[in-house]
Amino acid sequence: MNKSLFAFAAGFLFGVGLIVSGMASPRKVLGFLDVAGAWDPSLAMVMVGAIAVGLFAFARAGRRSTSLLGAPMQLPTTRDIDRRLVVGSALFGVGWGLVGFCPGPALVALGAGRVKALVFAVAMLAGMIVFEWIERSRGEGRGTSDAERVVAD
Amino acid sequence: MTIDWIAFTPWWSLIGGILIGIAAALLVLFNGRVAGISGIVAGLLHPRHPDTAWRIAFVLGLVVAPIVYVLLDRAPMIVIDAGYPLLVAAGLLVGIGTRYGAGCTSGHGVCGISRLSPRSIVATIVFIVVGMLTVFVMRHALG
Repeated sequence: MNKSLFAFAAGFLFGVGLIVSGMASPRKVLGFLDVAGAWDPSLAMVMVGAIAVGLFAFARAGRRSTSLLGAPMQLPTTRDIDRRLVVGSALFGVGWGLVGFCPGPALVALGAGRVKALVFAVAMLAGMIVFEWIERSRGEGRGTSDAERVVAD
Repeated sequence: MTIDWIAFTPWWSLIGGILIGIAAALLVLFNGRVAGISGIVAGLLHPRHPDTAWRIAFVLGLVVAPIVYVLLDRAPMIVIDAGYPLLVAAGLLVGIGTRYGAGCTSGHGVCGISRLSPRSIVATIVFIVVGMLTVFVMRHALG
């Protein structure tokens, strides 16, 4: 119960942060990605603010084996910089650049009642399901599927 | 390069970023989990998993944020220029890509860089550069 309460608070603050920063708006995100046009560097400021706080939080988290609520500290352990990471991030970059939505802002815009965000979010879920199908068909016979492993991230 | 000074919101974006950082801090310090939104959403595809409750709570928080924001302040500025076919194509790419690459702007860009993970730094550079190239092609090469 407590875990859900803190998760809700975290999601809520994250959403407010996306709205306040302007990143909930795809037009503003595209303004950051459009370096050849009139460039809006705002997204860089968002990363500066978030990482400044994050550095402290994750340094503390890294020294603990359990969370303040007693849950196991589950930080990603994968370290490989492989083809999957690069190709996957590149595919994500194309989708992000096409419309200016990444997962968080899409969910916030969905909450704001935007039908276009709903369409994007449904397509995104479909993409995630397609990924699991591909993994399952490739991973048959292997022990743990990659789909199970990456969910930890 | 020309900076769009009218659109640039350095202070609001910095404040928003700090809020996002606090959100990620809450989730990792209290729940021991990384605030990677693509991973949290993908985890919901397996609804019998014990993590389902907190994942739903986090997503609910994101969805409720604009509703509370409207009540306290004003309607959040959200402008979506893309048409439906492009939204569907982009959604599919974001869904598949974030799973293959094991993260998105939140998991790699915010949390991963905060953990100083080389993997996340590479991922973030790749999706920002490819995102910029995509916008260049759409707006300046084709447009």
